[in-house]
Amino acid sequence: MAKGIMYIDGQRVPFDGEKNVLAVIRKAGIDMPTFCYYSELSVFGACRMCVVEDEKGKIDASCSMEPRDGMKIRTNTARLLKHRRMILELMLASHCRDCTTCEKSGECHLQELALRFGVRKVRFADTRPQYELDDSTHAIVRDPNKCILCGDCIRVCEEMQGMGILNFAHRGSDLQVTPAFNKKLSETSCVNCGQCAAACPTGAITVYNEIGRAWRALHNPNTRVVVQIAPAVRVAVGEAFGLEPGTNTLDKLVSTLKIMGADEVYDTTFGADLTVMEEAAEFLDRLKKGGPFPMFTSCCPAWIKYLEKENPKYLKNISSCKSPMQMFGAVLKDLYQKKDAEDGRTTFHIAIMPCTAKKVEAGRPEFRHDDVPDVDLVLTTQEVINMIKESGILFAEIEGESPDLPFGMGTGAAAIFGASGGVAEAVARRVVEDKSKNTLQAIQFSGVRGDDAIRAVSLPVGEHMVHIAVVHGLVNAKKLIADIEAGLEYYDLVEVMTCKTGCVGGAGQPHGLTPVKKQRAAGLYEADRAALIKRSERNPLVQEMLETTLKGRTHELLHVSYTGEKK
Amino acid sequence: MDERLKRVAEIAEEHHCAGANLIAIMQEIQSEFKYLSEQDLTLVAEKLGISTAKVYSVATFYENFSLEPKGKHIIKVCAGTACHVRKSGPIYDAIHDYLELKGKSKTSADGLFTLETVACLGACGLAPVMTIDGEVHAKMTPESAVELLKEIRAKESAE
Repeated sequence: MAKGIMYIDGQRVPFDGEKNVLAVIRKAGIDMPTFCYYSELSVFGACRMCVVEDEKGKIDASCSMEPRDGMKIRTNTARLLKHRRMILELMLASHCRDCTTCEKSGECHLQELALRFGVRKVRFADTRPQYELDDSTHAIVRDPNKCILCGDCIRVCEEMQGMGILNFAHRGSDLQVTPAFNKKLSETSCVNCGQCAAACPTGAITVYNEIGRAWRALHNPNTRVVVQIAPAVRVAVGEAFGLEPGTNTLDKLVSTLKIMGADEVYDTTFGADLTVMEEAAEFLDRLKKGGPFPMFTSCCPAWIKYLEKENPKYLKNISSCKSPMQMFGAVLKDLYQKKDAEDGRTTFHIAIMPCTAKKVEAGRPEFRHDDVPDVDLVLTTQEVINMIKESGILFAEIEGESPDLPFGMGTGAAAIFGASGGVAEAVARRVVEDKSKNTLQAIQFSGVRGDDAIRAVSLPVGEHMVHIAVVHGLVNAKKLIADIEAGLEYYDLVEVMTCKTGCVGGAGQPHGLTPVKKQRAAGLYEADRAALIKRSERNPLVQEMLETTLKGRTHELLHVSYTGEKK
Repeated sequence: MDERLKRVAEIAEEHHCAGANLIAIMQEIQSEFKYLSEQDLTLVAEKLGISTAKVYSVATFYENFSLEPKGKHIIKVCAGTACHVRKSGPIYDAIHDYLELKGKSKTSADGLFTLETVACLGACGLAPVMTIDGEVHAKMTPESAVELLKEIRAKESAE
C-alpha cells in the first residue's frame, strides 16, 4: 500500500494505504459528493460527481485515482463546480421530481446534493418513457423512473449477496437497471434481503411501506395491538434521534409504542429463547441420529428463500425451528384466541424487525391459520422511526418502561441473536455440558464473535467434538457451501445470516455502513453482559411455558417444514 | 431438455464455459437459431456460472443480438450515408407503418417480416438500397418498397 503526502486544495495531506484519492480527500475533511461510490463495494466511476482537477487542468474522477506522493489536486475549481451542477441538472431532467410525496424524501441523496449545489432550475425536457412500478414482493419496491443508473444496487446484489438479480440492460438513453428479461422481482430468485434498497441513493428502490396499516390498527378500538420488538431494532432506533449507534433504547421504544396506541409490547427475545431451546434439542437429536449435517439455522428468512429457490437439496439441512418472530407469533395467537373470544376484540400482532425479508416471511402460507397470519404486520426499524417522528414524540427524552410480561423477558443469549454469531453462541451455551462461567467465556472468545466472513469454532459436546461455522453475507454462504461440497470443510452446525454483520445490518435499519453496524452489535453484546440470565434454558417464563401450555404442542406451534418452491 | 437447449449447452461447452467467451457463445447460438430465447440465455448463464441478469445485460447492449424470434423474411434497409441522403429514412418509416410495428418490436404480428437497418451494403451507387433475404433491391422509394412486401405477402398467402 502506498504512503506519502498529497496536496489537496493547497493543504498537505498524508496518506497511508487509502485505496483511492477520494478516501484521502474525505480524510482531509472535505465531503466530496458521490452517487456511485460505495466504500464497501468495488469502484464503479460512473457518476463523475467526485471529479478533481490536477495542476495541468486535467479533470478525472477521484474514486478511480490512486494516491501518489506529491500529487497536487483541487476539488472545488469553477470548472468542477460547473460540471457537478450540470451532472445534477441532467440527472434531474430525466428523474421524477415529485419530491414531497416520494418515499425517500428527506433521505434522498439526489435531493440532498441538488440542494447543496443550488440547482434551482432544470433546463432540459424529460423525454424518457414512463416505466412500470414493481411492487410484486411486498418487501422491496422498484420505481425505475427514479433510477439514476449509479449501479450501487447491482454491485450490492452481486458482490455482497452473490445473487446478481439486477443488472443494466439496453444502452444509451435506453439504459435501465432491471432483473433479467425485465421480470418482476417476485419472478426472480430475489431473496428480499433489501440490501439494494439500503444502498439506493434515491427512491428507485425502497422498502415496501406499511405504516398506514399500522396506524389503522393502532387507532381501531376493537383491535388489540400486540407488538414484539426484535433485538437489532433497539440498538438502531436511537440513531434517528441523535443517540449513538448501539444505544439500547428498548425501554424508550416500549413507552413510545404505548403512547402511540399499542396495547401490549413484548420482546422478540422471548421467541429467540424458545428457538434456542428447540434448535439445541434438535441439534442434540441429530447428533444422536447422525445427521443430516450440517444443520443450518433457520432464523433468517432470506437464507431460507435462497435455499428454496437456488439450492433446494439443502432444505432438509435447515433446522425445523420457526424463526423467533414466527415462534412468538404462533404462541401469541394461540394463547390469545381465548382472550379474543372473552372480550370481543381482535388481536393484531405487529413485529418490529430490522429486516425486509421478514415482511415476506410473515405472509407465507406456512404461518397462517384459518387464513389469519400469526404475525399480521411487519414494520421495519425505519418505518417505526418514521411513525415516531409523525407522532411528534421526543424519543431521546422520553422515559422508558420495561416490556410487558409474560413475553417481555428474554435472556442475554437471545439478545445477541441480532448480531452475526449470536445464534450460534446462544445454541452453544445451551448444548455444552459444562455451564461454568469459564466455559461461557471460552465460547465468547472461541472466535464465534468477530468480523471475518466465515468463522469456525470447535466445541466439545459429550463425546463429540462439534464443528460450528458462522457466516454472514450470502456471497460467503455460497462459498461455504462450495467448500463443504468440495470436501474442504466439515461443519455440524452453520449459522447463516444473509446480511453482512447479521440482523443489525438489515435493510430495514436506518442507513449505515459497517462501522455503525458494528456499534449496534456491540450494543447487543453489552445487553448480554448486563443481562441477569445469560442462558436460554434459565428463562423461567420459557421453561414454564414449555412445561405447561406448550407441552406436547411444540411440534405444531414451533416447527415448520419448508418444502421449497420452483424457481 | 429439448434439442435446442442441448445444442446451446454444447455450444457453451465448446467455448469451455468461459465468461470471456459469452459474446462468441451468443453469436453462435444466434447464427444457428436466428435469435436468443430466454431459455437459451438462462442456460448459458447457468453453464458459465454468471448471473442471468448479466447475460441479459450483454445481450441487450448489442444491437445485433435479437431476443425475439425473427420473421420468415428479413428486410434490411440501408442507413448508410449515401442511402440516408437519398432518403432511405422514409422507406424505413413506410415499411414500419405497413408492417404495423409497435414499440421496439421489429417483427410483424404475422411473423412474416422482420425489419432491420444496416450500416452500409457497399452499393452506394444504387442508393437507396434495401435487401430482402439477402437479395439487393436498388433505387427504392417508399411506394416501391411496400409494393415488394405486398407481393411477398400475396405469394405467401397463396401457398
